[in-house]
This record gives sequence, C-alpha cells and structure tokens, in this order.
Amino acid sequence: MAWLLKGGRVVDPAAGVDQVMDVLIENGVIAAAGHLSGAPEAAGARVLDCTGKVVAPGLIDAGARLGEPGFEHRETIATACEAAAVGGFAAVCALPETNPVVDDPGGVRFVLEASARAPVRVYPMAAATRQAAGQRLVEAGLLKRAGAVALADPGGIQNGGVLRRVLEYARMFDLPVVERPRDASLAGDGVMHEGAAATVRGLKGIPAAAEEAAVARAVILAEMTGARLHLAPVSTAGSVELVRRAKERGVPVTAGTTPHHLTAVDEDVEAHDARWKVDPPLRTEADREALRDAVRDGVVDVIFTDHAPFAREEWELEFDAAPFGISGLETALALLLHDLVLPGRLPLAALIERMSVAPARLFGLPGGSLAPGAPADVTVIDLQAARIVDPESGRSLGRNTPFAGRRLTGWAWAVLVGGRLVMHEGRVLDA
Amino acid sequence: MNPSPRRREHLIGLRGMPKECIERILDTAAETKQIFGRAVKKLPTLRGQVMVNLFYEPSTRTRTSFELAGKWMSADVVNVTVSASSVVKGESLIETAQTIAALGADIVVVRHPAAGVPRLLSRVIDASVINAGDGMHEHPTQALLDLFTIREAKGTVRGLHVVLVGDILHSRVARSNIWGLLTMGARVTVVGPPTLIPPGLESLGVRVRFDLDAVLPEADVVNMLRIQRERQKDGLLPDVREYRAFFALTEERLRLLRPDALILHPGPANLGVEIVPQVLDDPRARIHEQVTNGVAVRMAVLYMLTGGGGRGVAA
Repeated sequence: MAWLLKGGRVVDPAAGVDQVMDVLIENGVIAAAGHLSGAPEAAGARVLDCTGKVVAPGLIDAGARLGEPGFEHRETIATACEAAAVGGFAAVCALPETNPVVDDPGGVRFVLEASARAPVRVYPMAAATRQAAGQRLVEAGLLKRAGAVALADPGGIQNGGVLRRVLEYARMFDLPVVERPRDASLAGDGVMHEGAAATVRGLKGIPAAAEEAAVARAVILAEMTGARLHLAPVSTAGSVELVRRAKERGVPVTAGTTPHHLTAVDEDVEAHDARWKVDPPLRTEADREALRDAVRDGVVDVIFTDHAPFAREEWELEFDAAPFGISGLETALALLLHDLVLPGRLPLAALIERMSVAPARLFGLPGGSLAPGAPADVTVIDLQAARIVDPESGRSLGRNTPFAGRRLTGWAWAVLVGGRLVMHEGRVLDA
Repeated sequence: MNPSPRRREHLIGLRGMPKECIERILDTAAETKQIFGRAVKKLPTLRGQVMVNLFYEPSTRTRTSFELAGKWMSADVVNVTVSASSVVKGESLIETAQTIAALGADIVVVRHPAAGVPRLLSRVIDASVINAGDGMHEHPTQALLDLFTIREAKGTVRGLHVVLVGDILHSRVARSNIWGLLTMGARVTVVGPPTLIPPGLESLGVRVRFDLDAVLPEADVVNMLRIQRERQKDGLLPDVREYRAFFALTEERLRLLRPDALILHPGPANLGVEIVPQVLDDPRARIHEQVTNGVAVRMAVLYMLTGGGGRGVAA
C-alpha cells in the first residue's frame, strides 16, 4: 500500500532537512519527498494529512526491557511493543534482562520470533557474558549472526579483566558493547543519589563516583582494545566530562542517557514512592544541566528509555525494598518534547538525531533516515497535543512511572513501520 | 493507592514543621507532664479510641513510652510487633497496615527499618500515623523530647550550641534533632568519623567537625548517639577502641564540658563505647529525665493529633 504523508514539517537530521513537504511511501520504503502534486493520490495512495505535525524518521529505542522471556508478569513483547508504538517508537532494542538470560543464538531467535508480529521492529541485544554473570565470554559471532545488535550485561561488567576480553573479542565482529557503568562496590546498597537530598530523606546514597569510576575504566579499556564501547546510561557531569575527553582523544566511545535523567533530579525523589527509584539514580541539578548540554552538543549520542516495567506488587513497597527502574516507553518522547524541546533547551532536530539517527548508526540498523529508498519507518509528532500521563490507561503492563499525573505537551501522533501505519492518535492498529 | 477518605493529621517528621507547631507541642507536653505527680495518672482525651503500635523493629523503650502515653490518655492500646525475620522484606506492609486500619485503629504508631514507610502508610490508611522511627529518616518524638528536655533545663533552645556526636549517617535521631534544633534557632554541630557523616550537611546549615575535644568546651548541649557495633562489620569503623579514643564521652572529656552544659543520650546506651558509666551519674546528664519527658511529649502529640490542638502537626 502507498501512503502520502501530506503537508507535514519534515525533520530529517541525517539529510539536514527541516521544511514543510510531502513524503510518499511505496512498497515499504520512502519513494519520494518534496512538494508532490496530486499524482500520488490519483495513483491510489492513502493520504495522512500531517499539516501542523512533525514528520520524522522513526524513533528507535536503544534499550528497553520487554519482559520476555521470563518476566511476563511485568511486561510481554506484545505489550511493550504496543507501548513503544504509542510512545512514538518504530523500533526497540531489547535488553537481555530476561530469564533465561539471552546469551546464546537460541535466545536471540526466540526474541525475534516472539516479536515477528509486533507492531514495531525488535532488535535483540545479547548478554556480554554467559548468564550475564560477568565471567565467561558469549558466542559473540554466532549471536551476531543470529541477529543480536549489541552485547550488554544488565548490571555492567564488574571485573576489569573480563571487560577487557569482552571488548577485545567483540571487536572481531564489530559488535558494539553496551556497558552500564556501575562500580557495584561503590554503589553499595544505596538507593538514590548520594548527597544532601538523600541525607534529608534518610535514604542510602549511590555516589556519582560509582558511575564515574566505571566510565573511566571502560574508556581506558576501549582505548586499549579499539573496540566499540557504548556507555549507557550515563547520568553525571563527571561521566559526561570523561566521555568528552575520550572522544577528543579519538577513543571509539559513545554514550546514552535517559529521559528521566534529563528531566528529573534527586530533589524530586519522594521516599514514600518507590516509582522514583532508578539506577543510576536521579542526580543533581548540576548533573542534569551537564547532561542537557552534552545531549545538545552530541557528547551524549543517544537518548533511550531504559524501560524497566514492574508489576504493582513489586514497586508498591518501601523504597529500600522496591526494585530499580522506571517504565518509560510511553512517556519518553513527551517528556523530552515538553521539558527540553518546547522550552527551547534542545532543537527538535537534535532530539530526533539522538533518538533515531544515532541509534541506527550505533547498532547498524535500517532507519534513521527519510531519504528515498530508506525503509518507511516514520514517527509523526503533534507538538500541540497535551495529555496527562495516565499509566493505568497505558499499554505497558509496567505502571511504575513517577511522571503519572503530569500534563505534558507534545506527543507522538502516528507511527509507520515499513510503510504500515501501526499507530494513529494513540490507537495501535492491527496488521 | 487511595487517599484517606477523612482528613487525618500525622506526625511524620520535624523537617519542615513550623516553629509555632513545635512550640505548641512542647507547651502541651509541659502540661501533660504535670499529671506524672498525680496518684491517678489518667486523662480522658482518647477514651474509645484505638491506638496500634506497629513495630517492625524491636524497641522496648519507644514502644513502652508510646504505650504508656496512650494508656494515660485513656486509649485502647494494642501492640503489634512484626518480627523482621518472619516477613520477607516489604512483603505485606500495605496490606498489614490496611488490615489494622480496618480493625478500627484511629492512631497507628509505626516503626520500620525503611525510610518513608510512615508517609507511605499515611497515604493508604484512614488513621493518624505517628512515626516512631523510619530507617535513617526521622524519629520526631525522640527529637521533640530532646528539645523539651533542653528547654526545660535551659529555658530556651534559641541561641544554644548543640553538639551531636557519633553515627550521624545512620541516625534518624540525629536528623530529627537537626531539623528541630535549626527551626528552634539553635546552632548545630555534628562530630563523628567522616565515614559516619552523611554528605551535604553543611549545605543544610550544620557544622561538621572531627575533633570532639575542640568542640566540647563550647557546647551548651552534647547529645551522644548510640554506636552500633555492626558499623565495624560494615567497614565504616576500625574498631571500638579507636572510636572510644576519639569520640566517646569519657571521664577526661567530661572535664572539658562546661559546668552548665547538658548531656543527652537517646538510649539505650552502649556503656564503654560512646559513653562511660560515670556519665550517667554526672549532674549534667539528663538521660533519665529524657525517658520521663518522652512520655509527656508523646501524650502531647497524641492529644494534638486527635483534635486537642487543632491542625498543624501534619508535617
């Protein structure tokens, strides 16, 4: 089927385009962009009137937990992919925080098969070590051949010697290693950012150094091995500075951060509400400013959800007892538009670059472009739409978001995947 | 989580509580304390009301103090002690509290090892919640009784230099004291090893010092916090000998303290660790008076939460 996306403001950072025009989709790919006359309609293309909307390359979430296999009470691939579509994503990269851990080609194939009928594309990531236990190498080559787009241990690799070997080995296959920078010995049993806000709340702190020490070590090992290292999430000003300096030296390092770290801070944390509990923790104002600058300047390459859905009985607990994580697929884009783009803190093109172009480049994925011939993955955004975040009416089974009740302006309006309209005005459409 | 159908007053912490409110509690405590001299120690205020002491941590002192306070106010007092080992952490907190509220509790006094639990309960149950200590967060009635004891001995809290000594990091008593003392216009210094001092205190208006001997001569009040022996295991302290050498209130250090200074301890004391036994007999010590005052202050809080004092204890 052919689609004509008519009269939208096309923002295609890869081509440096930001202008009102039409986009024609045929046979699942972008056929043409420009001021197209009535010909496509005459030829039978269905028209999506995008007047007043933003037409962007489909957003790609560079890291989300989809629940399967093993945690279906938290999320399923089906619910996560519907949530992703509603949130404006055309694709998600699935973190291997699963049971069993996706650490072999069979696991990768399971994720691919289970998501074959999902509304959005799913790209599996595999653990960087067996069982994500941080000790033995995984079959990086076979995993890549099966479809894994990156290696990532959910808790970060604690042993420096192991991280070195993982990087060294992955380099042979040009497979990016996604390292969660977290020195567990420094993080201890902390539950929020270490600082005055934690002191006042009586909660144990996770110092910025727990992340920064791990960033420094990982950067040094990336430099030593020449492997592609992606640090995600980074959350502190110190991490940003380490990444900036590494990039200046030419180290093959990239970094990602999350919507919550870009919008919320430790002072927002409510000790009686474990929906604020996330790792890395929400940091200080100064850290948030540094992260915003880094996202604008491109020192931080990617914004991803780090989507971590939990069942109500898991998070409706004492702060100390609840798990870390925020359910973010449905709110990520709206939070960033509302808090960063609309107030003028981040150009819209930069946001789309960090959420579409950069993830596609980083993991070697199709998408991230509206150039003729590119797959027709498109996100259409309504910058005027205002809605209140209501997790109870959301698609994700994980209702654990501290942003519930916030009124946000700027939401995804439609998503096309491979030329198929999968989401329109908040509804997920059947294949 | 549904909000309480009725507007209830709670006592969660001293941070953010207005000065007038603290003063009103202390004034009320001065009155409730007067009944201690009577033959019949009973006020009818809470007749027909159910008060539940929901304790997730063992505490003979605080629980007994609340129990007496409730009984002398004529409440029906029920003690529920939930052994930490018998529940998976966090397993059924909300359900347990809702059950207790459904049984008709008007006041729930809660102690819990996790910060934030009293506030959490206040959002999900229809009863007045009193924080009897939550993790490292707050222990407001302990700080109120400390303030009461100081005011009783000194006439005022304003302008006094109060020194808190010991494990500030893990201490809810220290935190509640700090917020209450600052609100009441005291100068606050904390002294302890750096591994037991939480970050950011200076930015909150507290002086941090490591040399107890230098601070003691300029203290109006010194509050010796309890040192848990587990801190050694946690790798935060070398050992008790080292701690004693630098932070215990010893006989030599008693001589550094001014004659009109006060010595407080929230109890139970580890004799030979943070204080030596001689401190208990020192005329400047108010440690036994604190226990008595604790009942008076808790009676005052009960009185005010249940309508006697009007609104305003909701911080």
